[in-house]
Amino acid sequence: MTAETLRLSAARPRNLSLGRGLLIGLALLWLTLIVLAPLSVILVEALRKGLGAAVASLSQPDVWAAARLTLLTTAIATPLNAVFGLAAAWCVTRFDFIGKTLLMALIDLPLSVSPVISGLVWVLLFGASGWFAPWLNAAGLQIMFTPVAIVLATILVTLPYVARELIPLMQQQGSDEELAALTLGARPSAIFLFITLPNVRWALLYGVLLANARAMGEFGAVSVVSGHIRGLTNTLPLHVEILYNEYDFVGAFATAALLAVLALLTLVLKSFLEHRHADDLAARGRR
Amino acid sequence: MTRQAGRRAWRTPSPLPGFSLSLGFTVAYLSLFVLIPLTALAIRPWENGFDNVIAAVASPRAQAALRLSFIAAAVAAAVNAIMGGLLAWVLTRYDFPGKRLADAVIDLPFALPTAVAGIALTALYAQNGPIGGLLAPLGVKIAYTPVGVVVAMIFVGLPFVVRSIQPVLQDLDQEVEAAAETLGASPFQRATRVILPAVLPALLSGVGLAFARGVGEYGSVIFIAGNMPLRSEIAPLLIVTQLEQFDYAGAATIGMAMLILSFLILLGFNGLQGLIARRGA
Repeated sequence: MTAETLRLSAARPRNLSLGRGLLIGLALLWLTLIVLAPLSVILVEALRKGLGAAVASLSQPDVWAAARLTLLTTAIATPLNAVFGLAAAWCVTRFDFIGKTLLMALIDLPLSVSPVISGLVWVLLFGASGWFAPWLNAAGLQIMFTPVAIVLATILVTLPYVARELIPLMQQQGSDEELAALTLGARPSAIFLFITLPNVRWALLYGVLLANARAMGEFGAVSVVSGHIRGLTNTLPLHVEILYNEYDFVGAFATAALLAVLALLTLVLKSFLEHRHADDLAARGRR
Repeated sequence: MTRQAGRRAWRTPSPLPGFSLSLGFTVAYLSLFVLIPLTALAIRPWENGFDNVIAAVASPRAQAALRLSFIAAAVAAAVNAIMGGLLAWVLTRYDFPGKRLADAVIDLPFALPTAVAGIALTALYAQNGPIGGLLAPLGVKIAYTPVGVVVAMIFVGLPFVVRSIQPVLQDLDQEVEAAAETLGASPFQRATRVILPAVLPALLSGVGLAFARGVGEYGSVIFIAGNMPLRSEIAPLLIVTQLEQFDYAGAATIGMAMLILSFLILLGFNGLQGLIARRGA
């Protein structure tokens, strides 16, 4: 080894670590400005007039009604989309048929549609001059501006999440185990319950977690179809907007803080799943 | 016999059960919640005639709103390509205290409801806010201007870019970089000649996702935008305004225009990606 290379290798680490430190600093500064600062400002604004005021604004009946509607919507939309995700993943990954690519594109479609459009389409169908309006009027039914419309909009927005986690995993796992069970005489229900479901359980949970977070937080689509009737068709995210527009900033940010806590909880569960069950989530890192 | 041949034409036979059931359910569910609603979006605009569709898209207000949504989303996606790329690099290659936390926090824009992000960003970047207040003496205004729209779109798009590149950087063979270094490549050459070509397809797909998300973004933008027609009004907000005036056809027209434009741009983007992937192979 010449003196030249010795000098080089001695000098390099220090040089690199300066550049490295700069890059890390810049990246963390950006993360702080764009993500961490907004998160902390929610807490600061919510507590601006003290903890008491924040808690008082959260115990309003309107907040509770909004929270109930948000939970109800999520409790309907997420399980339906989970069943859909399982069915879609089963037919797409276990069979070959013409039109499969189109079907998969349709499953992903809601992801690239503006949330406002996901609400708009229901107004076009069920609104005052919607396609089904004459029929609905004759039957004395109202869908627009009721919780039903909110559920429909939420289902459309969160439809792809479970399917998108299951499809790559089931593709990767293949159908060998299911075929073996079939050869040994297992009934279809047994194959599903004792082989498929256990194999995908963590990915299913992961997808449900993402769909759930999106369903609880959905704003644009729900805003279009809700009619913003307090106590009746107001979800938590919509309530944040109402309070904010009424200049009740403590109330708006306290409600926002409640939703932010739910989001953080989602992140904790999500990174737990990613670290503990990485092998069972083929879709990790793919978005 | 002929019937079987006919069936074979559209699907490969499989001994596994549940094909008809799962396909039937999937198609019915997709029709109910995706196909029928989006068909309405495609058909409603035309009910007042072709000229009205053109007039609705060509009106100065619609033009300004569409331009703002698409240009702001493109700028935000470009910023995310650079800063998201840097974040992905730092998170995969370096060790530092708090790294796991920083990595987990990247997904916050996915999980945080958009309205919550909207009011938080507004409080932060308004002229009396912690960051907006620092910039105000410099004459820089972010909230209630098109810049605010870009900031909100950067927020929602960040995870798409970082999460697309991260796995590729992780799998990238570091020996190739070491080899380039041994051969005398400078850090800049290594970044542009070795690393960038490898991550480019993933970067482009992440940027495409961030762009599509930005174009349609509503909740996080409307609070910070100021919503002045012709200046800081985004296309999704114009849809909402027209719906409030019961102009269904007008709202559907803007919605359809947005979808077609995004589709064309993403199609071009995918073409570019394919071109790059083929050249790299």
